Amino acid sequence: MDLKRLGTAGGETLKALARGTALLCVAVLGQMVAAVMLLAATLSFGLGLVFLFPPAVRLTRATTRLERRLAREWSGVKIEEPYQPAPLPPVPQADGWYRDGRNLYKTPRIPAFNRRLKWMTTDPATWRDFAYLLIGFWSGGLLAGAPALFVLFGLGGGMVRFTEVGTAYVEWGNWHSGLLWAGLALITAPWVAPWGVRMHGQIANSLLAPTEKARLARRVDHLARTRGEVVDSQAAELRRIERDLHDGAQARLVAIGMTIGAAEQLVDSDPNAAKALLTKAREASVTALHELRQVVRGIHPPVLAERGLGDAVRALALDSPLRTHVTVDLPGRPPVPVESAAYFAISELLANAVRHGDATEAWIDISQRGGNLRISVTDDGQGGADPARGTGLSGIERRIAAFDGVLALNSPPGGPTTAVVELPLGTVPVPVPTWRSVTIAVGWTLCWLPLFPQGLVPMVFKILDVREKSWFLALHLPEPFQWPVIAGMIVLGGSLFTAAAVLTAQQKRAEEGACG
Amino acid sequence: MRVVLAEDLHLLREGLVHLLRAHGFDVVAAVESGPDLLEALIRDRPDVAVVDVRLPPTFTDEGLQAALAARERIPGLPILVLSQHVEQLYARELLADGSGGIGYLLKDRVFNGEQFVDAVRRVAAGGTAMDPEVIAKLLASNARNEPLSRLTPRERDVLELMAEGRSNAAIGQRLYLSESAVGKHTAGIFTKLGLVPSDDDNRRVLAVLAFLNRR
Repeated sequence: MDLKRLGTAGGETLKALARGTALLCVAVLGQMVAAVMLLAATLSFGLGLVFLFPPAVRLTRATTRLERRLAREWSGVKIEEPYQPAPLPPVPQADGWYRDGRNLYKTPRIPAFNRRLKWMTTDPATWRDFAYLLIGFWSGGLLAGAPALFVLFGLGGGMVRFTEVGTAYVEWGNWHSGLLWAGLALITAPWVAPWGVRMHGQIANSLLAPTEKARLARRVDHLARTRGEVVDSQAAELRRIERDLHDGAQARLVAIGMTIGAAEQLVDSDPNAAKALLTKAREASVTALHELRQVVRGIHPPVLAERGLGDAVRALALDSPLRTHVTVDLPGRPPVPVESAAYFAISELLANAVRHGDATEAWIDISQRGGNLRISVTDDGQGGADPARGTGLSGIERRIAAFDGVLALNSPPGGPTTAVVELPLGTVPVPVPTWRSVTIAVGWTLCWLPLFPQGLVPMVFKILDVREKSWFLALHLPEPFQWPVIAGMIVLGGSLFTAAAVLTAQQKRAEEGACG
Repeated sequence: MRVVLAEDLHLLREGLVHLLRAHGFDVVAAVESGPDLLEALIRDRPDVAVVDVRLPPTFTDEGLQAALAARERIPGLPILVLSQHVEQLYARELLADGSGGIGYLLKDRVFNGEQFVDAVRRVAAGGTAMDPEVIAKLLASNARNEPLSRLTPRERDVLELMAEGRSNAAIGQRLYLSESAVGKHTAGIFTKLGLVPSDDDNRRVLAVLAFLNRR
């Protein structure tokens, strides 16, 4: 083992130690916020000081939001926001008053407040947040901060003894045992510290993640909104196609029919005029075909149907006045609707680069990342594109939202502009059900307790016939129960460990399956 | 002159057979699917093939693929591709081997029987027949091409017609110019684009197309 690797391992341990300690501090903060919340809830529901409640909830949510962020960045546990969508602002009636239940108000202030209050009190996530802040310190916080606590109290206790300052409440034993605890904590830190940080994330996940019901409610809300947008945009699209056909090809066909009719009448009396009319009809049919081609291109480009996304984008690049470089790395053809959405997004982004960006060169990259189709379009133009301003970009966003796709735009003034579109190729992966994450958290947190101090250690004591009983439950029992309890403890600890390990492995596989 | 024809629309197929026969072509096979086309091309070795891009069974670019596959087996086999829409991408693929004998036209062009038959003859003779729309797209995507912007409007007209595959005489007829005047313009174009002049009509067209495709 070389020094470098040792150094990295040491760095990792230090990082985990620092993070665990920070998590403990956040948990202490959580305890204070929980106290504030408890006070606010008591005052608002006991004494009717309801105006205290929303600020307290906002404070709670800010704290749990921090916890969620730390869980994502440090413990690698992604926790979704569980809250129900905020209520819409009240709308005045025809007479300008605002109705709230049986009361009428002149200004929207009170109805809006009532809505917000109802939104906060009826959302289970509010109370789950509160519960987490209450117990977070006693479970995840202590677990993550354990190594630091042991060192601190061990050394602290030792010092206190050593300097003989006082013995009032540091009754951990003499300074030898204090140092022993600290040393033990330091030696086991490389394994315990990262594990504690990971466990903290699992425990946070069990209460801070949305319940299945909340998740579905959010999903339904999202789907209803995007479906509305899709229906609207499709209706608009159909209207546009109808107009194009009505004013273009259809009108021309009428004209062609009339011209041919006139030629038919003239063919005997004035063959030359009839011939001229037929020529006109033929030319009109060419124009009609040209217009139909434009319409077809807008509905579904033929080259996309014939060749798929890669070649369709290459054809797009060839038609563009920009020098465009296309890289396509796809294992197969994506589903047809996704292909079409991707094509129109690229077409719009490229057109934007030509129209506004003052660009001369563009790079299009299409690849598959995880379960997503990933498209990036970069140009060397002026930059400064803003989705809030242009209708083109928000049009793309609306169009891909129906597929749960997202658009990320990076366009600093002066360029270059990079737009990244991600479109899921399949269905959205379902997050772990909560019972599973609870079992994982409880298993990992508690398995050591029956296994070591209550199982294996008393077993060793019993075999070696040590008199010391300490806090080992089995040794305090009458002789005939001692061995069964020891065995039971070992089995319990072992099965907790196995359950947690198996579920974690399953979850990992499920995540990989969803990505690959 | 022996022709193989591939078109899945019955009416259009009959119309094309009729048109080609009326102009003295010998239609040896009129097929309606990609695999049949490839078989007919290899078996009959026609002087020219007229092929629709989209054919059964997949209704994608079956016809184009069969034509390209046949040209790989029989190098230089003259093929005229017809389509409802034109793509630079397909034009590129057809021209890729640089040996000529390629046509790529919109289906609308068969409305003008004389011009269409003229294009078929040109392709059979190893020339090219590119749809004006392909050339327009090529020029549009070359809009920021430095040497092209130095051409006079007249030279641009000549360039467009030349890229379509027409001879000096045909260009002169179209633009009401004498053949020698067209010759002067083409010399000017070649100098400005930095291409090596050639007396051979076909090679000249291919050089121009290669220049426009150089991106």
